[in-house]
Amino acid sequence: METTATKYTYKDFANDQEVRWCPGCDDYVILRSVQKALPEMGVKKEDVVFISGIGCSSRFPYYMGTYGMHGIHGRAPAIASGVKLANPELSVWVITGDGDSMAIGGNHFIHVLRRNIDLNIILFNNEIYGLTKGQFSPTSLVGQKTKSSPYGNTQPPFSPGELAIGAHARFFARISGNTPKEMTETFIEAEKFKGTSLIEVLQNCVIFNDGCYLKYTDKNVREDKQLYVEHGKPMIFGKDRSKGLILNGLKLEVVSIGENGITEEDILVHDAKEKDPTLHQMLVRLEYPLVTGIIRSVDDVTFEERENALTEQIKAQSHFKCTDDLFFSGETYEVK
Amino acid sequence: MIAQAKKTQAEALEAVVIRFVGDSGDGMQLTGTQFSDTSAMFGNDVATFPNYPSEIRAPQGSLYGVSGFQVHIGSVEISTPGDNVDLLVAMNPAGLKTNLYAVKPGHTIIVDTDSFTKKNLEKAQYDSNPLEDGSLENYRVVQVQMTSLTKEALKEVEGLDNKSITRSKNMFALGMVYWLYNRSPEHTIDFFNKKFKNKPELIEANTKVLNSGYFYAETIELIPNSYSISPAKMAGGQYRIIMGNTATAWGFLAAAEKSGLELFLGSYPITPATDILHELVKHKHFGVKAFQAEDEIAGITSAIGASFAGDLAITTTSGPGLALKGEALGLAMMVELPLVVVNVQRGGPSTGLPTKTEQSDLLQALYGRNGESPVIVIAASTPANCFNYAYQAAKLALEHMTPVILLTDGYIANGSAPWKIKSIDEMPDIRNHKIREARENWHPYDRDPETLARNWAIPGTPGLEHRVGGLEKDRVTGNVSYVPENHEIMTITRAEKVKRVENYIPSIVPEFTDSGDLLVIGWGGTYGALHTAVKQLYEEGHTNIGYAHFNYINPLPKNTGDLLKRFKKIVVCELNNGQFASVLRMNFNGIEFHQFNKIQGLPFSNSELIEKFKKSLS
Repeated sequence: METTATKYTYKDFANDQEVRWCPGCDDYVILRSVQKALPEMGVKKEDVVFISGIGCSSRFPYYMGTYGMHGIHGRAPAIASGVKLANPELSVWVITGDGDSMAIGGNHFIHVLRRNIDLNIILFNNEIYGLTKGQFSPTSLVGQKTKSSPYGNTQPPFSPGELAIGAHARFFARISGNTPKEMTETFIEAEKFKGTSLIEVLQNCVIFNDGCYLKYTDKNVREDKQLYVEHGKPMIFGKDRSKGLILNGLKLEVVSIGENGITEEDILVHDAKEKDPTLHQMLVRLEYPLVTGIIRSVDDVTFEERENALTEQIKAQSHFKCTDDLFFSGETYEVK
Repeated sequence: MIAQAKKTQAEALEAVVIRFVGDSGDGMQLTGTQFSDTSAMFGNDVATFPNYPSEIRAPQGSLYGVSGFQVHIGSVEISTPGDNVDLLVAMNPAGLKTNLYAVKPGHTIIVDTDSFTKKNLEKAQYDSNPLEDGSLENYRVVQVQMTSLTKEALKEVEGLDNKSITRSKNMFALGMVYWLYNRSPEHTIDFFNKKFKNKPELIEANTKVLNSGYFYAETIELIPNSYSISPAKMAGGQYRIIMGNTATAWGFLAAAEKSGLELFLGSYPITPATDILHELVKHKHFGVKAFQAEDEIAGITSAIGASFAGDLAITTTSGPGLALKGEALGLAMMVELPLVVVNVQRGGPSTGLPTKTEQSDLLQALYGRNGESPVIVIAASTPANCFNYAYQAAKLALEHMTPVILLTDGYIANGSAPWKIKSIDEMPDIRNHKIREARENWHPYDRDPETLARNWAIPGTPGLEHRVGGLEKDRVTGNVSYVPENHEIMTITRAEKVKRVENYIPSIVPEFTDSGDLLVIGWGGTYGALHTAVKQLYEEGHTNIGYAHFNYINPLPKNTGDLLKRFKKIVVCELNNGQFASVLRMNFNGIEFHQFNKIQGLPFSNSELIEKFKKSLS
């Protein structure tokens, strides 16, 4: 991808269309964070493409000043794969939601991660269907009362990170929808990462599932309930940074620094680049503290790198330079 | 038993139909292909028809596990693989039982007697051995201990296991047939040398068995004479034998080269379309991006993404896959991007008859989407012209900025025929609507006034950043619009854009006569059978019968209505329950359309068509 000397501002990535999400929706925060992150990435505006599926989140491309396509339900990863394979120079972003990517588009979601095409996927997870007005989604909790589960949801949820890492995601981050600064930084890191990056945003739906993340994201509890991990740094959290994670047998355990002889030295240091996904899966699954930040970021060959290398190799070996070479080769015969 | 050959003068024949049948693991497809390729190289006109079960290796010896390959060769024009056969080569009792009906009385059957064991006879549900009970006395049966003779021929070749030995008996049969029709085994020996480059023992073994069969036929007295079929009179030029699916793939290669675009295929394996994927993945040297997706929907949606980014994008499938692609096809239509969807039709509905042919996806192709969503629909009609129609599909998609469905079917896709090779210089130019730079007052839905094609602004082009999507859009800016009048205008515009394609496609030209008593109508893969039958009647003196074959279905050729009025009676022949007839009725009110339909997973036979047309004429 060509980088640019042009200095953009977030306004260059907006357009004249009126944004039509509900007032107070976290989607506004995500939109602005993306628009703020893009000028920092050094990509040309014309090289940026946003592809979405269907759902509230998927209106996103319409509000961007870049190229974009509002696709069909669940299929954005496949459309985006086609865009990227057609032109690997582009910076391609997928915008999706928990229904779009975990339910109807589950198949494309796992396969795009498996292939490791260099795309950035932002998954707006609000644990509800918003655009169809409030049915449970594949990330809704058991017992959750929704329009389609008036007596409580009976379907256990997926955890997007767990599913993604199971599908060989090389990059997974989870970010709270009310932390725009961290979000912007994460988007920049995702763009730098070569391969499929998945960023799950815990996005509050003010209408149908308001407050579903409050126990983790409320300003008063955030620092005590969330662990924001950074590669190479010890996994310490808490308002007074007194808590940390250690490995006790095969389980992660929360400990208090200064108690029972525990010092900062004992706390696990986050290694996002570890290929073995075991610890990353444990971090994803942890309910207390809720782990946010870039949990996994493992370098690997991308699908298009493999494909391009193969194509170049075969082009160099082949004596077929044009279709005439092929059509007139082999077993042909002349009729006089 | 082996005597010196006394080769009598070969009897000259105009055309001959041969069918090779055996277990699905017996290599009948290879045997048939080798015979047809050799005959084509000799200069005969050729048509082939493989007929195999959908099970990969059905239980040995079973009736439903029989695999067959029919080839029709001639010194005259050959348009079909033929109905009844002059020679049946049956490698086992099940093959004999399921194919005897097709052998012309008095004609030849070659059987491997070694396979007529008690067990195999039981599996084929024979109460008694047909070779002994007199039930074949109307045929000339050539009984050959093919398995034993193959083993004998190979007893000195080292490094072969028993299985490889038995499996090469098909080459013994081929050798015999080569001698019988005065064909040199040389082409097939060249083929062994290439195919088994790194396995010299297999080259030796197959060559030995092939030659043994050839010499055996020459020396035994059971075959009293041999036949010759002179080269056919065909237009001069360079030829090759090509399968329909390969021709389709090559048509797209040519279109990509001519248009200067990169070719992107998004596809998911499905019978009988997969060979197009198999062919295109080979051509990385041309920069072809052939992407085997996770499902049918990802096949088409990845192609839509590639088209958005500026590639010549195609997706290939068969009936059930087209159903899955329906929603995405609507998106491609809505965002007005070029895209070709190839549907190699098979027997439906649902999973239907995957390895059998049918024309029953016509209405799905025309109407199988939500909302008002017209697309161009065209159909190839012979294995060789799959090349032209694939090329044409790409050209229309690019020049009119719309999806195109190309219909072929299992019969022409797997059939092969001589193809007069087209050089890229002979192919018509392909324009596209890409715009390279921003200009003032530009909109993504600005249209070409003639074709109504919108412009194609590719990501990476500065100043043309825009959004498209499945929501209705403003007729100029392309922004989302719920304005009622705008939706109506856009709906009409999209339909008009497809309708105007009629100004860019050839008129329909009937064969044999352009007015008269009976007009036979066909479309798609039935051309060979219908053309042959009408030609036969015409040559018998029925000069009042004409034949119109449609390759363009939506839109129809402009002169269709005029043509229909010039005949007293019209019969629409299709391998479905009357889909094209319905389309014609809808378009041409007041004209009576008779139907002749066959829904058996099989092509039309010549005899049934002749009978039908004679009745229609009387």
